[in-house]
Amino acid sequence: MLLTITTTHTPATDLGYLLHKHPARLQSFEIKSGKAHVFYPQVSEEICTCAILLDIDPVELVRGNGNPSQFALEQYVNDRPYVASSFMSSAIAKGFSSALNGKCKDKPDLVNVAIPLEIKLAVLPVGGGEDMLQRIFGPLGYGITAERHLLDPRFPEWGESRYFTVTLKNTITLQSLLSHLYVLIPVLDNDKHYWVNDEEVQKLLDKGKGWLEEHPEKEMIVRRYLRNQRSLANEALNMLLQEEPVATEDNPQKIRLHDKRLESVAAEIEASGVKTVIDLGCGEGKLLKLLMKQPQLTKIIGMDVSPRSLEIAGRRLKIDRLTEYQLEKLSLIQGALTYRDRRLEGFDLAALVEVIEHLDADRLTALEKNVFYFARPGTVIVTTPNKEWNITFTTETDKMRHSDHRFEWTRAELKNWCEQVGEAYQYSYAIKPLGDEVEGAGAPTQMAIFKKL
Amino acid sequence: MKIKIPELSLVVMIGASGSGKSTFAGKWFRSTEIVSSDTCRAIISNDENSLDASDDAFDLLHYIVKKRLKRGLLTIVDATNVRPEDRARLVQLARECHVIPVAIVMNMPEQVCVNRNKDRTDRSIPSHAIVNHVRQLKRGLGKLRMQGFRKVFELRSPEDADAVEAIVREPLWNNRKDEHGPFDIIGDVHGCYEELCALLTVLGHTVDAAAHKVSVTNGRKLVFLGDLNDRGPATPAVYKLVMSAVKEGTALCVPGNHDMKLLKYLNGKDVQLVHGLEVTVAQLEQEEDAFKEELKTFLDGLISHYVLDGGKLVVAHAGLKEEMQGRGSSTVRDFCLYGETTGETDEFGLPVRYNWAIKYKGDAMVVYGHTPVPEPQWFNNTIDIDTGCVFGGKLTALRYPEKELLSVPANKTYCQPSRPFLPDTVNLQQEYDELPDIEELLGKQQIRTRLINNITVREGNTAAALELMSRFSLHPKWLIYLPPTMSPSETSQLPQYLEHPAEAFGHYRHNEVQKVICEEKHMGSRAIVIVCKDSTVVKERFGITEDSIGTCYTRTGRAFFNDKTQEQAFLGMIRDVLSTCGFWEEFDTDWVCFDSELMPWNAKAQTLLRQQYAATGAASTNAMREALAALTVTNATEEVSTLLKNYKEREEMCRQFTDAYRQYCWEVKGLEDYKLAPFHILATEGKTYFDKDHRWHMEQIANYCGGEGNPMITTAFRVVDLEDENSVNEATAWWEELTGRGGEGMVVKPLSFIEKGKRGLIQPAIKIRGREYLRIIYGPEYTLPANLERLKKRGLSAKRSLALKEFALGIEALERFVAKDPLRKVHQCVFGLLALESEPVDPRL
Repeated sequence: MLLTITTTHTPATDLGYLLHKHPARLQSFEIKSGKAHVFYPQVSEEICTCAILLDIDPVELVRGNGNPSQFALEQYVNDRPYVASSFMSSAIAKGFSSALNGKCKDKPDLVNVAIPLEIKLAVLPVGGGEDMLQRIFGPLGYGITAERHLLDPRFPEWGESRYFTVTLKNTITLQSLLSHLYVLIPVLDNDKHYWVNDEEVQKLLDKGKGWLEEHPEKEMIVRRYLRNQRSLANEALNMLLQEEPVATEDNPQKIRLHDKRLESVAAEIEASGVKTVIDLGCGEGKLLKLLMKQPQLTKIIGMDVSPRSLEIAGRRLKIDRLTEYQLEKLSLIQGALTYRDRRLEGFDLAALVEVIEHLDADRLTALEKNVFYFARPGTVIVTTPNKEWNITFTTETDKMRHSDHRFEWTRAELKNWCEQVGEAYQYSYAIKPLGDEVEGAGAPTQMAIFKKL
Repeated sequence: MKIKIPELSLVVMIGASGSGKSTFAGKWFRSTEIVSSDTCRAIISNDENSLDASDDAFDLLHYIVKKRLKRGLLTIVDATNVRPEDRARLVQLARECHVIPVAIVMNMPEQVCVNRNKDRTDRSIPSHAIVNHVRQLKRGLGKLRMQGFRKVFELRSPEDADAVEAIVREPLWNNRKDEHGPFDIIGDVHGCYEELCALLTVLGHTVDAAAHKVSVTNGRKLVFLGDLNDRGPATPAVYKLVMSAVKEGTALCVPGNHDMKLLKYLNGKDVQLVHGLEVTVAQLEQEEDAFKEELKTFLDGLISHYVLDGGKLVVAHAGLKEEMQGRGSSTVRDFCLYGETTGETDEFGLPVRYNWAIKYKGDAMVVYGHTPVPEPQWFNNTIDIDTGCVFGGKLTALRYPEKELLSVPANKTYCQPSRPFLPDTVNLQQEYDELPDIEELLGKQQIRTRLINNITVREGNTAAALELMSRFSLHPKWLIYLPPTMSPSETSQLPQYLEHPAEAFGHYRHNEVQKVICEEKHMGSRAIVIVCKDSTVVKERFGITEDSIGTCYTRTGRAFFNDKTQEQAFLGMIRDVLSTCGFWEEFDTDWVCFDSELMPWNAKAQTLLRQQYAATGAASTNAMREALAALTVTNATEEVSTLLKNYKEREEMCRQFTDAYRQYCWEVKGLEDYKLAPFHILATEGKTYFDKDHRWHMEQIANYCGGEGNPMITTAFRVVDLEDENSVNEATAWWEELTGRGGEGMVVKPLSFIEKGKRGLIQPAIKIRGREYLRIIYGPEYTLPANLERLKKRGLSAKRSLALKEFALGIEALERFVAKDPLRKVHQCVFGLLALESEPVDPRL
């Protein structure tokens, strides 16, 4: 909400020329969803401070932005009017545009002079805490003082908020300072940005010129700035790094655990010689995409409970552009394993990749009955995390890998479950590790393959 | 001449082109009842003479006929139908749909047809084709009955056709929809006369055993489910009693397989004297021939099944599928007598019966016998009440509509069953309910409720509900009710307020409600609490096998407590209070479902608090402080001073915001920090309390609140007479006082639970939230005049329409549960309600 820029450069009043804002006047201008005010709390030869204060209209903020989440209450009561976010970047760009672009009509020579600058941001939301502040501003040579605020001093047990009052000191040109702030405020916030389109890539490259290329956290900065939109982020990174190979997820050297898991499952399916497969909990359709390539399969159904996931899966599989032959082969349906569903019957194989751990343990019996009793495919492949492997990344014993996991099993627990299910529904089973095994902890994922007896 | 046809039949017109079929059909049937091959040809090809469209045209014709018959509509097929293969397909269709095929043959002289064709302008059919038709018709004429037509009417000349005065549609024998009971339905008697007399006495009827007479108590009617005979000691006496009651019109009787086998025997057919028939035959030898004749007539006249009480009740010996109810065919009759078998035999050499009720989804309750069971079990709205009296079990009666089961034990075991007769280890319904069928939940749904006739739930919403339900909710067996959403009052006319009681009172006054109740709105989380006397009740009544005494869930069906042990301990405290205070005896129940508010708010709303309220509070107060500091030291020009004043005002609002949410939070260390404020006693065993007014609910609940270690607290309330100005003013002052102290506000409800006005259902509740409380809903600075002015433009109609639909669905769900409807029917309502919750509505309302 508030940014102050202070200099002890002599004469300090040069700040007024540099910012192209008169120290004696309060100046206000419109920004998206409100106004910004520029004024000078202190003006002297020794020290001069300029403040930019946001005046966001909370009612305007939520009007007609037409996105579906406007029916969530957090749209209406939130921190946006009070924090330094992308609104602050917009205000900097509008209020200090000449300074940001390295222009100064009255004192052009000053533009390239590094002067002592201190800025204060109240309040700055930081995703990632002090450490993140350090990672972002440290490499740029800033001295950082940060006061982190409690969520509520009345209830200290609720812990700390993500809001900081931050003071940064550096001796640099004003243009550099403003460029840094322009890019890095939204990066630290890493919350709702009120923009992000293709133009942003260019803006990022412009404002990042001369410092972002060298920043050790450039990858993260780009991703967060572009709100984790991978295609845009990759585009920006490519331009930043030019010919250097980009280490992204598409790089075969860094195949993620999940892709590896899916490849193993797809290979298992191919080896089993089945013709029809149902992917229960198909999510965004990654396994389906692999299965579509297998010529021996005549029927593939992807089922998921989430309409949103199915929509993404449909796009990923380009379902509206499939040929008649492919459409015969593939379909997507919404369904839940806690309900009786006759559409699941008559398949050779059912795959449940990272599905069971998303069900409350007491609803697992419903899934078992649905899959092993009613649908009763010849083969059932189940993968689930191996809890023992968690020691490789955490010491907390009850820490789960995903916030929606209702349980994670040790190898013995999975075996026990397989034993029970196999006994109850007449299936044999074998368990295989998926991923690189760690001494004493096993592989990250475990896969159980059930065969109907 | 009058032609009499069954009200549900497939009438096949047979006749050559030009024989007058269409004219005849058009004269006697509604145009929508006639499916004509010419019309189908025209629909398919634009040309009703197009012969190459015939195959497609007949596909369409058969399709339409089948759809109509499935829906129970009389249908006339207008086509030549002169070839046996054409008719065979239609007869088969009629059979598939259990509809009676009837033939009306237009057997006109050849010349009549030829002449008529000549006169036609729209088309001409070659004479030789007509000659062919006539020849084919005559060839098949004698074989129509053999082909399956149950009735054949032949018209041999135009004069014959003209002589028809009327076509009379006769109701089927099984249609007794106008009989509304109440009924006492009695299971398989199998000659157990003493037990029958005892049971009739228990049911309150007067029996003269020696005279074989029963005098049925006022207005009731007996229904016998067949198998009156065989195996038991006194078959003739049983028949005598039943026959006399049926004759007097105080009883109905449907046939069982044993009755029909006896009929065959009496008719002199060759039947094996086994399975207890030998016992009956021996007993009949003592009887006079006249009785045997009478018995024969009685048995011969028995109707396979009855549809009673406006279609709400079906009785048949072995049960009856929905698609066969009220229909007549030999398949239907066989099903009524023998049920469905798989064709396999079990280890005792008996046919394996397929439990047809597994797939039963009909609206009619089906009461049947045939298969002896140790205890009758409700299953998908059906019940088998043959409790094996003759095998030493008991003789059972079901009272309808009360759904009450009464029985008398067998005096002895008259016959050893060939299959062991063991108590069931599982409850069929509960086992079946473990996995409700998805088919009835997805897609667009129409739900009929008692308060609102037809509630439509859109497809996108049911899809959302499926995700919510399966990812986050409790097992559907627990979800017997969800509370409706609640609308706020219209926006206030007063400049400082967004909401004020005046508008709520005005709303009800406008709807001609005179008395309302104002209840303090606790700031907690809505909680539905089900508490059982002990864990066996949970198992038996709710079918939940895990060890628990109840549940506590949120308004979207999620478990309120993350920790099961804590939940059970909390419910245990409530259970103990109810037990100590004699609740179970007072309400004659072993479980109860409360609608309530559970405090503190932060117990459930932790995430919301941290991520939204406390976060906004922390951000705003800290940012405002710095902003004020900067402005304060700035040279105070007029513009700066104005800005400073403005930010000071806003800083104050941010502090008020923090104060507002803090009101509702307190530290939760242990169970004793939780408070439950029940405000509705929703249901107990066999009963809901929607017929009681809110004062009753408040007063009853108060009896169980307060005292050491009791987590239950009362809710402050006022009953307001809207025509009494003092009463209204006093309530308004009360609201001002409550909200002035930082309270959330109050809820105004019509005094009676369900209030209907001229325009239908009236809002069951309207909330009026306090000025300070609304900061956490509309944001810290909502009271700035510029903001308030814009916020006042809010529409309530979507919210109110949802509130009514959800109210109706919630009540429907609970009524169905209490009436022991199958879970799918309860779940349908709850699922629909959750689906409606995904409608996009301003969440601040």
